[in-house]
Amino acid sequence: MNTMQLCLIVNGEPKQWTIAPGDLLLDVLRREGYFGVKRGCETGECGACTVLVNGKPINSCLMFAAQTEGCEVLTIEGVERDGKLDPLQEAFLEYGAVQCGFCTPGMILSAKALLAERPDPTEAEVREALAGNFCRCTGYLKPVEAVLAAARVYRQKGRKTKIEKRKSKLAS
Amino acid sequence: MSTKHSIVGKNLRKVDGFKLVTGRPAFTDDIHIPGLLYGKILPSPHAHARIKRIDTRKAKALPGVHAVLTYQDVPRVPHTTAGQAWPEPSPYDTYLLDSKMRFVGDRVAAVAAESRAIAEEALRLIEVEYEVLPPVLDMEHAMDAGAPVIHDEPDSKGIHDAQHNLAGYILKEIGNVEDGFREADLVIEREFRTQRVQHCMMEPHVTISWLDSDDRLVIRSSTQVPFHARRQVAMILQIPVQRVHVIKPRIGGGFGGKQEMLLEDICGALTLATRRPVKIEYTREEEFYMARSRHPQILNIKMGVKRDGTLLANKMTVLATTGAYGSHALTVQGNTGSKVLPIYRTPNMRFECHIVYTNTPVAGAFRGYGCPQGFFAQESVMDEIAHELGMDPVELRKKNMIRLGDIDELSAQLGEGRKGLPRHIRSCGLPECLDRGAAAIDWVRKRQEYAVASISDRRSGGQRPPLQAPNSHLRRGVGVACSMQGSGIAGVDWAAALLKLNEDGSFNLQVGAADLGTGADTVLAQIAAETLGVTLDKMIVCSGDTDFTPFDVGAYASSTTIISGGAVKKASEKVREHLLRIASKMLDVPVDNLTCRDNQVVTKCACEKSVSMEDLAHYAMYKEKVQVMENASHFNTDSPPPFCAQFAEVEVDTETGHIRVVHLVTAVDLGVAINPMQAEGQSEGAVAQSLGYALTEEMLLDGSGRMINPSFLDYKMLAAKDMPKLTTILVETDEPLGPYGAKSIAEVPINAPAPAVANAVFHAIGVRFYKLPIRPEDVLRALREKGQ
Repeated sequence: MNTMQLCLIVNGEPKQWTIAPGDLLLDVLRREGYFGVKRGCETGECGACTVLVNGKPINSCLMFAAQTEGCEVLTIEGVERDGKLDPLQEAFLEYGAVQCGFCTPGMILSAKALLAERPDPTEAEVREALAGNFCRCTGYLKPVEAVLAAARVYRQKGRKTKIEKRKSKLAS
Repeated sequence: MSTKHSIVGKNLRKVDGFKLVTGRPAFTDDIHIPGLLYGKILPSPHAHARIKRIDTRKAKALPGVHAVLTYQDVPRVPHTTAGQAWPEPSPYDTYLLDSKMRFVGDRVAAVAAESRAIAEEALRLIEVEYEVLPPVLDMEHAMDAGAPVIHDEPDSKGIHDAQHNLAGYILKEIGNVEDGFREADLVIEREFRTQRVQHCMMEPHVTISWLDSDDRLVIRSSTQVPFHARRQVAMILQIPVQRVHVIKPRIGGGFGGKQEMLLEDICGALTLATRRPVKIEYTREEEFYMARSRHPQILNIKMGVKRDGTLLANKMTVLATTGAYGSHALTVQGNTGSKVLPIYRTPNMRFECHIVYTNTPVAGAFRGYGCPQGFFAQESVMDEIAHELGMDPVELRKKNMIRLGDIDELSAQLGEGRKGLPRHIRSCGLPECLDRGAAAIDWVRKRQEYAVASISDRRSGGQRPPLQAPNSHLRRGVGVACSMQGSGIAGVDWAAALLKLNEDGSFNLQVGAADLGTGADTVLAQIAAETLGVTLDKMIVCSGDTDFTPFDVGAYASSTTIISGGAVKKASEKVREHLLRIASKMLDVPVDNLTCRDNQVVTKCACEKSVSMEDLAHYAMYKEKVQVMENASHFNTDSPPPFCAQFAEVEVDTETGHIRVVHLVTAVDLGVAINPMQAEGQSEGAVAQSLGYALTEEMLLDGSGRMINPSFLDYKMLAAKDMPKLTTILVETDEPLGPYGAKSIAEVPINAPAPAVANAVFHAIGVRFYKLPIRPEDVLRALREKGQ
């Protein structure tokens, strides 16, 4: 079988993997142990396999792994930093936005991409951003509430870091 | 109620939440097993056919193929795939592999190969010659004289009348409905049709099986019924139960679709044939037509009332199809009668149902279990009666609804496929559900003002702005519907729990209950922690493993909180007694002066002596040399119904036919909410499924019985931006049979959104719909016929 080398960055770590040219990103990521990437339909309809490629949410079942050469890929495993949950993950727990949890990784990643672009989204914008992530358990209300709550935390953190930066500038 | 407890009634985070938000490997397929083979099933291309010749030689010769199984290679054991307590009330009409195909998607053969690609290639190499038989696709003709017989095999058992494709038949009457109709001032009789829909849990069915080092068959599976699956697999593969170990990891949703032994048998057979680990997973397309669905029904309902609205007789006659196999056939349809009709008091009730086989995808258990169909019919006719009598639909319901202290005799007639037990109403919050739901949707005002605008297009008088713009193509309306369900199957469902103290004061809670995303692990841990006076983080939950947990029938029939929770509470109380006895020695204080609180045992009196759970555990283990560990079993002889009133506000676009649900209010009496946030989540998810049922979802079959829309592109579930505003009101009552007063929540909110929407549509445009889903083209056609 034809193989090729794939070099990419996954969750901040450089990786070099041997893949077949036709391998889907979903299959390669799961094979490499990123089980948070879920297989829900394999036809780009359910969003359970969502990952961020260079910051953009994509259905990893619709992308060849080879297309991610040199790209930065973020999976749910990379969202938690230094053992600390991301505000989105905290909010999903706090607001009861997780039921079976199968769609949760994809939803959190779609929301993360949204908040990077729009730190203060409206409810309609959150619903639009999550429209590609089907969930059969929650009816979407609690996930939407969680994303809006996480957005508030992100903004607060952003303000804090700005203030801290200013303070450290003043001090120096 | 929540104030007197420290853990019960609190919105605590899910005990399994951390691993789910971080994407830790937790689901069935999140595992790498060396030497894993990929299993695949060859689906029948014909709705009805006999295999004349099957040749697997080419497939077997393909490098990388380890096994090809056909009906010639496996034991022929009639069984049901329904995950029900033994003896199952479903007919034994299914075989691991058979020479007869009964629907498009039925199992022809199964292969195990080194990779998915090789497995798929092997399927293509299997040569099959079919004798194609005429199919029975229309349930209305299944019982016709001369109709092809779907189950003509001699060895199936428990089929009501195989020669007439009749899987099951039910007839029960209380009083005499004809007498009731004679006395009635108004009799309305209507026919309703409900469609075939699917669970669409996000994780398709997946099973991995292997032989462990003792040669026992281990089955890791996305199942709601690990213990039933163990029993059924053992029977089908003809090995002792002792040699089967079923593991239920985290499950990506089930909604009844996983209350089936669906892949465990064939996966296990491939492991036994190859002595290798094998995985079988359904693709989304396969999930649609090879897994299970909701029974389509044609319901005829006739209700008679007095002029003041008093219900005198209620008669429901149902024709349902179970598809090719009778999984849950009798019991789902039994529920259509036993849980729907008795919500309104009447001396005369009659329920009759024919459940027929057709060569269509197999129906099974699906959240609501026969009730969504029945309530769509009954609640629509109730609305029509209110309209005819000029009564407020809320008042009509209040006048007739079942009340605290009532005894429902119909459920005694209609048990789980056999005679049941009478249902005593020991808690009932339905009046409060109606009142609070009506207030939340502003019922009285909107009912009046939308109607005025609809009928005459005049601005309503008074100071308020008109709710409905005059002469607009957008018409608003509000509607209501009520429903009830059960909490476990009376006299059938039972569960056990085991609780064990560790030396750091933590507890292993081992339950057979199967959390499938419902939050059961959390709710059960909350019940244990409350009883033991410890914080939730002290609970280590292990659930749904046939080797490591005690028995539980599994997650279905809204049973887990009340039945499994009952077992957990009993086991916790026994552990608590034991803890107090040990603490009494340690503190030299009588037991009745002690209680458990804040991870300690403390004195009730002012002396303020205490011992931490950790110190107590050390003392028990290293001084007393005793393992504090208790188990308990629990069942109920009654099934306390949760009640629900649901209100919909819709906006109908008379130019496009599009129905937009603006607001959906659910007021639900669930007993005491153990975790209110999780309970709300259950309700909101059920509403989303039901709105799909009302407006968009339908499995469509072509003229040969093949499903033509087996994808999320063509089968429309509601997405985040399709959802209306949701309001969920938990109406708490105190159920004497439930742990801490809890009843159930999982199913009841799925029953009434569809009729509430249909009734709101009638309020908006004056057209009543008798068929689901109500699609834009149906609305336009109806408006055209009405001359608008």
